[in-house]
Amino acid sequence: MTGQTPALRLDGIVKDFPGVRALDGVSFTVMPGEVHALMGENGAGKSTLMKVLGGIYQPDAGRIYIAERETRMKGPLEAKANGVMFIHQELSLAQELSVAENIYLGELPRKSFGRVDWPTLYARTDAILEKLRVGFTARTRVGELSIANQQMVEIARALTVDAKAVIFDEPTASLTDAEKVVLFDVIADLKAQGVGIIYISHRMEEIFRITDRISVLRDGEYRGTLDTAQTDETEVTQMMIGRKLDLSRSAATVEPGPVALRVEGLSCGTLFRDATFEVREGEVLGFYGLVGAGRTEIAETLFGLRKPTAGRIFLKGEEVTISSPIDAIRKGISLVPESRKEQGLVLGMNCRDNITLPQVADLTAGPFVADGAEISIYDQYRDRLSIKSPSWRTLVGNLSGGNQQKIVIGKWLSMRPEVLIVDEPTRGIDVGSKSEIHNLLRDLARQGYAVIVISSEMPEVLQCSDRIVAMYNGTIMREFTAEEVTEDSLIQAISGLNSGAAA
Amino acid sequence: MKTDILKKLVQNGAIWGFILLQLVFFELAGRYWAGSSTTFIDLDNLLLLLKQSAPIGIIAVGMTIVMVNGNIDLSVGAIYALCGIVLLDSLGWPMMEAMGDGAIPLAMLIALATGCVLGLINGLIVWKTGVDAFIVTLGAMLGYRGLVFMYNGEQPTSNLNWTMVDMAEWGIFGIQTPALVLLFVVLVVWLVMTRTVHGRNAYAIGDNREAAVNAGIRVGPHMLINFAVIGFLAALSAVVFYSGSGSVNPNDGMLFELWAITAVVLGGTKLTGGKGSIIGTLGGVIAIQLLRRGLNHIGADTETVNIVIGTILIVVLLLDRQLNRKASGELKV
Repeated sequence: MTGQTPALRLDGIVKDFPGVRALDGVSFTVMPGEVHALMGENGAGKSTLMKVLGGIYQPDAGRIYIAERETRMKGPLEAKANGVMFIHQELSLAQELSVAENIYLGELPRKSFGRVDWPTLYARTDAILEKLRVGFTARTRVGELSIANQQMVEIARALTVDAKAVIFDEPTASLTDAEKVVLFDVIADLKAQGVGIIYISHRMEEIFRITDRISVLRDGEYRGTLDTAQTDETEVTQMMIGRKLDLSRSAATVEPGPVALRVEGLSCGTLFRDATFEVREGEVLGFYGLVGAGRTEIAETLFGLRKPTAGRIFLKGEEVTISSPIDAIRKGISLVPESRKEQGLVLGMNCRDNITLPQVADLTAGPFVADGAEISIYDQYRDRLSIKSPSWRTLVGNLSGGNQQKIVIGKWLSMRPEVLIVDEPTRGIDVGSKSEIHNLLRDLARQGYAVIVISSEMPEVLQCSDRIVAMYNGTIMREFTAEEVTEDSLIQAISGLNSGAAA
Repeated sequence: MKTDILKKLVQNGAIWGFILLQLVFFELAGRYWAGSSTTFIDLDNLLLLLKQSAPIGIIAVGMTIVMVNGNIDLSVGAIYALCGIVLLDSLGWPMMEAMGDGAIPLAMLIALATGCVLGLINGLIVWKTGVDAFIVTLGAMLGYRGLVFMYNGEQPTSNLNWTMVDMAEWGIFGIQTPALVLLFVVLVVWLVMTRTVHGRNAYAIGDNREAAVNAGIRVGPHMLINFAVIGFLAALSAVVFYSGSGSVNPNDGMLFELWAITAVVLGGTKLTGGKGSIIGTLGGVIAIQLLRRGLNHIGADTETVNIVIGTILIVVLLLDRQLNRKASGELKV
């Protein structure tokens, strides 16, 4: 491969967003005829990098070379003109139009007076479809196709131009095994034609099946490139989650109390299966696993957002069913959701109103909401969680990520839950506030709450938890105590290498 | 921080600044350009303006809470006409006629209840089927208007009751009943939206429905209440207006929904929900009525008023967009 001109080369790409450096000097090279995996946990910067490459974001520094020619991508059309094509995870097809119209959208072949040249359009499209060996024609309406076939239409789009580089973003998320085989054949074909391919996926087995090299991003930084043939899942996982571990636990533990929540054989379709665990008052139970391992789904089931297909839930020894969030809140389960802004906060409301949101109905004096009672609740949790906000009137949308997260935590603490579930407690929060949140979670356990922390950051889980549940692909692989857990055993468990007994 | 305060002032005070500007403009233009002999900034003139704002103003208040909640109601004009007919027609029922003037409060109650029920029907359909409020109330608009025409064909429904006319023209300090009702409605609904649990939850649902659900707020009942309230207010508007006029034309109230939405949007309420204020809506209503009267005052053709209002609406929303544009990374299309 050496000596060839790279199909695509990124050099020191930097992208800043207010308060966050999303990409910090990312460089890597894709050779023609190479399938290059791009890996990293959520928030590692993969999608930002792809948006820079696609011309949707402008980089703050760094250069993009296509076939060693420096190229500035001013917009999506420019990316296409330069032979960089994207196959997105989310389909962007016009359902009511035909396959041919979708493939050539924006560039339909024309005759005089702007009339569409249908025969040419269909002929060209059928030629491409033939290469893809699909069972539909250029005239088929896209809405009638299965999701997998729609994906094929997206791929066909990439073949209409003389592509130098094709980026597949989680292409197999909605495909069956048989359809995957076809997709991999297509990728092999592209590869044989000398196209450089970037393949983004969380699925290790695919990565090891079809890619030549693997580049890893973490926290917006380029961590290195490995030859697929000379590495294994453990090494890649380690690179993705990092090794800079500070194992000092942030606070002493207390002797855990009685069991607050016990879950037996809980399943929800294919999202997770046969989950059995318990959490005691005064302890933090960590859930650790890669994206898609089923951690969040377990939390959502416990909070009444999903219906379990099997299994039993016990609160303080009594079996319960949880039918809705209202039900969960009433029974003493609270969830600090994964995405603060979409699921947790009302950004256009002030701090006080956000904290009292679930209980405002109980804070009335006559027909009106009791201002004083609300402010005193806000003051109480502001002091207890050291929320830094100019006043209770400040809109939550204007606070920093760490303080926003404290508002969400304060909201749920004010409901006096028995079990507090915190999903990705420090996502998108700066380093300083992270340890503050960690200390807070430890403190809450010490005060007797049963806390469940779900995280894809290993240091976080190790620092916070008394016990750790490792998940892989919807299954609990193993349970560790804080004393026995090691970095390596944890990585093995979440890579699916440890088929050992769940505790 | 300072820019925040400035931005807030611009956002919340803009409509009142605009009203002030209009007052000054029409006064000066009237005096020096159109050579009008009367002054525009005149108490009687302004009180009349408030009274004329009432029918649409009362409905616009209801529209505000529905829109804050993230919905919309296009059926208010038809509800308005239908409730007007119910009011005037019920007074003519033999049983009611036997009661004399005692029938008036009863007829008003029947009309108000009708509005409530029509609103509840809208809300129930939106809640239980999950169909978009725009579609549901568009259908309701056609359906309710159909009922209006079924009642009396193209003929107007008339029943002039002088006791009711007296009630409609009653006033205190020169402020007549319609204006008083408008101000009262503004006050009550403002209190509801800013001080009660229902108001708080309505804003939360409109701003971030998912977070509201996660906080254990029941979205459906709040939407239902808001649709019932706007139905009630459309009926109240009809009661206030038809008490005085005594005659319902089957085309009455057409486009009221659009005028109400215009006023609400001018007053700073977001079409997507979560943000808006009753006081702002009052400003929007007054601003529109001021434009109508002002253009009339300076002798402009009354037909031009729609062009002017339409232009201003778009300019206002454009300014709003510029001021509130989210992160600079926003895609330009």
